[in-house]
Amino acid sequence: MANIQQEISSFLSEATFVEGPILEVSVPEAKWHELALYLHDKLHFDYLVSIVGMDWGETMGCVYYLTRTADNSQVSVKVEIADRENPLIHSITDLWKSALLYEREVYDFFGIRFINHPDMRRLFLRNDWVGYPLRKDYNADPEVNPIRLEHEAVDDVTHAIVETPDGKLEERTNTLFGPEEFVVNIGPQHPATHGVLRLRTSLDGENVKKIDVYCGYVHRGIEKLCESLTYPQTLHFADRLDYLSAQQNRHAVCLCIEDALQVEVPARAQYVRTIMDELMRISSHLLFWSTFCMDLGGTTAFFYGFRDREKILDIFEETCGARMTFNYYTIGGLMADIHPDFQRKVKEFCAYLPAKLKEYHTLFTGNVIAQQRMKGVGLLSREDAISYGIAGPSGRASGWACDVRKNHPYALYDKVEFNEVVRTEGDVYARYMVRLDEILESIHIIEQLIDNIPEGDYAVKMKPIIKLPEGRFFRQVEASRGPLGIFIESHGDKNPYRLKINSACLPLVGGLDPMCRNGKIADLIAIGGSLDYVIPDMDR
Amino acid sequence: MFDFSIVTHWIDNLLRSVMPGWGALLIEFVLVGVVLLLLYAVLALFYIYFERKVCAFFQCRLGPNRVGPYGIFQSVADMFKILIKELITLNHSDKFLFNLAPYLVIVASMLAFGCLPFGKGLQVIDFNIGIFFLIAVSSIGVLGILLAGWSSNNKYTLIGAIRSGAQMVSYELSIGFSVLTMVVFAGTMSITGIVEAQSNGWFIFTGHIPAIVAFLIYLVAGTAETNRGPFDLPEAESELTAGYHTEYSGIHFGFFYLAEYLNLFIVSGVASLLFLGGWMPLHIPGWESFNQIMDYIPSVIWFFGKAVVISFIIIWFKWTFPRLRIDQLLRLEWKYLLPLNLINLFIMVLVVIYGLHF
Repeated sequence: MANIQQEISSFLSEATFVEGPILEVSVPEAKWHELALYLHDKLHFDYLVSIVGMDWGETMGCVYYLTRTADNSQVSVKVEIADRENPLIHSITDLWKSALLYEREVYDFFGIRFINHPDMRRLFLRNDWVGYPLRKDYNADPEVNPIRLEHEAVDDVTHAIVETPDGKLEERTNTLFGPEEFVVNIGPQHPATHGVLRLRTSLDGENVKKIDVYCGYVHRGIEKLCESLTYPQTLHFADRLDYLSAQQNRHAVCLCIEDALQVEVPARAQYVRTIMDELMRISSHLLFWSTFCMDLGGTTAFFYGFRDREKILDIFEETCGARMTFNYYTIGGLMADIHPDFQRKVKEFCAYLPAKLKEYHTLFTGNVIAQQRMKGVGLLSREDAISYGIAGPSGRASGWACDVRKNHPYALYDKVEFNEVVRTEGDVYARYMVRLDEILESIHIIEQLIDNIPEGDYAVKMKPIIKLPEGRFFRQVEASRGPLGIFIESHGDKNPYRLKINSACLPLVGGLDPMCRNGKIADLIAIGGSLDYVIPDMDR
Repeated sequence: MFDFSIVTHWIDNLLRSVMPGWGALLIEFVLVGVVLLLLYAVLALFYIYFERKVCAFFQCRLGPNRVGPYGIFQSVADMFKILIKELITLNHSDKFLFNLAPYLVIVASMLAFGCLPFGKGLQVIDFNIGIFFLIAVSSIGVLGILLAGWSSNNKYTLIGAIRSGAQMVSYELSIGFSVLTMVVFAGTMSITGIVEAQSNGWFIFTGHIPAIVAFLIYLVAGTAETNRGPFDLPEAESELTAGYHTEYSGIHFGFFYLAEYLNLFIVSGVASLLFLGGWMPLHIPGWESFNQIMDYIPSVIWFFGKAVVISFIIIWFKWTFPRLRIDQLLRLEWKYLLPLNLINLFIMVLVVIYGLHF
C-alpha cells in the first residue's frame, strides 16, 4: 500500500493521500486523466470496481474504486470539482469499458458530464426528467416531475463532449441507429429478459448488428431513499435489489456498517450467515439453471430446477419467516435464532442435491442440441471481462479469478476449504458449467459448517440509534452474480450522507453488445441467459 | 375385418334411390364435411388434453385435474373460452391478409384429412396419387404462416414468418424424399394400395434398413414440419414472444393452435400409413391364429392407436430437447438429412430391383 502511495506521489506531486483500509488519493480534475492513464498502464489497475458520484454541498465529484487483478490491491481516487453549474470531468471510458455505464449513471444522478464519453444520455431516468435527483439541491416537488403518462420519445441521436487536440471542448452528436436499420425492441416486456430490461437490437436478418441497452424500468431510487433513512432501515432495501441474492446483499450492508462501527459479530451469527449465503447462492444458481434451459427451449428442465429450489425456500421460510425478502441479517448479527430443525433439514438437502445435479447433466448438459447452442457462443476474453467489469461466475468462466470470498475473505470464508471454480473458455457453456460446479462447492462449504455452529448469542446488542463515524466505507461481498459493493459516506449522523450500491448486474449488460455482435438472435438469448442478470439489481 | 365401405355404399345407394345423382352427391358432400369438422374438433380437444397431461407427467406436475374427472373437460372449457373471446383488429395491418391467414392454415390441414385412411374403407377420397395430393395440400399451410407474419406488421411476427418459410421449404424436401422412398417400395401412390401392400407385414419390418432410416428421417422432418419443439423456431417463445401468431387473438389464434395439433395428428397418421401399415393389423406371415386375433381389433382402433403412439414420441421430443438455432436447423437438413435421404432412396431402389426385402 505504501508502495503504491510512493509511486503515485512520485508521478503526481499534487496528489494528496488519506490512509485507510483502502488508500484514497485526491487529485485535481485537470490531472485526473493523466493519473488514470498511469494507474491503468504502469501500475496495472485494470479493474474499475465502481464510480461513486458525490455531492459535497460546495463541491461535486466522483470517487473511483480501482483494483489490480494481479494481487487484488485496491485504491480509490477522489476527484473534486467546484463548478456546480456546468460540472465536467474527463471520462475514463478509453481505459476501462465498464465506465461507459457507470459514468452515464453519475450523469443521470448528478448532472456531471464526462468529456470524451461517446454517449451522454441518462441511464435510469426518463429523458425528460427535470433535475438530478442525488444532488443535495434537488427539487423533489412533484409538480416539477409529475407522473408522465405519455410515451417517452426514442432518441437515436446522443450527445457527447469531445476535447479537440488543442484543448477546446466541442459538443458533438453520435448516431446510434440509422433510419435504414431494422431495430427490434427485445423488451421491456419479453420472456427472455427476465424482467423489464429493454434491448434495442439492430438486426441484419437473423444476425445481431448492435445492441443498445435501456435500463431503469424498475428504478426505485433506493440510493436517494437511503439518504433520509436510518441505518437499520436501509438494510431492508438490500433484500429487494437482487432478490435472488437477498441474503448476500444484506450481508454487504451489514458488513459495511459493522466495519465502520468496529463491531465484532458473534461466532454463531458468522456461521449462520455463511451457511445462509451459500444456500442463497445454491438457490440462485438453481434458478439460473431452470431459466437458462427455458431460454434455450428446454421447458421441462425449468420445473426440475424449481422443484429443488423449493426445498431451500422451505428451509429459509422456517428460520426467516419468508420465502423472498428475508430481512434476516441485522447490524451486529441476526434478527432471530435458527429454527431447531434448521441443521437437520440443511443436511438432508446437502445429501439430496448432488444426485439431482447428475440428473441435470443427463437431461440438459449432455444433450447434443444444448451443447451446440452453448459451446463457442458469446466469447468473452479475460481482458474484456476485466475491462467491462464482468465479474462473478461470468468472469470466472473467462479465466478471471475474481471471487471476493477468496480475494477479500469475510465472515468464515477464510476458515472453510473450497475451490474457486474457474474455467478458461469464456463462452456460454463455461458460464453455465461454472454455476453448476459452484453449487457443489457451496454444498461443500455448508457441510463443513453445519455441524459446528457454536452456541452463544446470535447478535450483539446495539444502541437504539446507530450513528456511524465520519468517513467513507466500502465493502464487497460475493453475491450470486458477482461482487456487490456498498459504499457509505457518513458525516456522523444517524442516516448516511450518501449510500451507493455497486450492482453486480449492471456491468453484465454493459458487456452484452460486444458479446452478441455477429451472433444470431438465438445467441443473444443464450448469452443473456448465461449472464443471468437480475433487473432490480441493476436498476436499483 | 369390418369394411366401412359397406356402410358408405349403403348410404350412397339409399340416397341415389330417392333423388337424382347430383342431389345425392350434394348431401354426401355436406355429410362428409360435417363429419370431418366434428372429427377435427374432437381430435383437437383430445390432443390438447393428451399433450397437457403427458407434459405434466414429464414435468412432475398433475396437469389439468379440476374440470370433470381427471380434468377431461378442461380442453372443452378452453375451446369455449377461445370461441367467445374478442377478435382484436390491428390498426396498421393488412386486414384482408390478416384475416385470411388462419383460414389458409386450417384449410391445409382439413384437406390433408381428406385422404387419411381412418379405417378399412373409411376415407373421403381414394385415388391413384393420394399420397402426392397429401403432400401438396399440406404445404399450403406455410403460406398461411407467411401471410400471418407479414400482415401483422410486427417485427417479431415477420422474423417468425421468415424463419418458418426457410424451415418449411427445407424440411418439405426430407418429407418428400422419405415418402418417395416408401412409394418406391410400395410401387404405388394410392393410399389404399400402400395399406393393402402391408397386409403381410408392415413396411418398417419388410423394408428393413432403408425403411427404418426413412422412418427416422420422416419423424425428424415431420416434427419440423409441424413447428414443434425442438424445431419450434417460428414461434420460439423465448426469442420471438409467440412468433408469427403474436398478434392474433380469439378464435383466429385458436385456428393456429388447432392446426398445430391437427398437423401433429396428420404427420403421425401419415407415418403410421407409410411405415406401420395404416389401419392394417399386425400380421406375421405364418402365424395364422395370431393374425386372426389381431383382425378382431377394429381397423379404426389400429389407425388411431398407431397415430397416437407416434404423436406421443413427437410430444416427448418437444418436452425433452432444447431448441435449435436457425443455422443449425438448416445445416441439419441440407448437410445431413438430404444427402442421407438420397443415399437411402438409392438403397431402396436397389432393394426393390434385387428383391432384397422380406
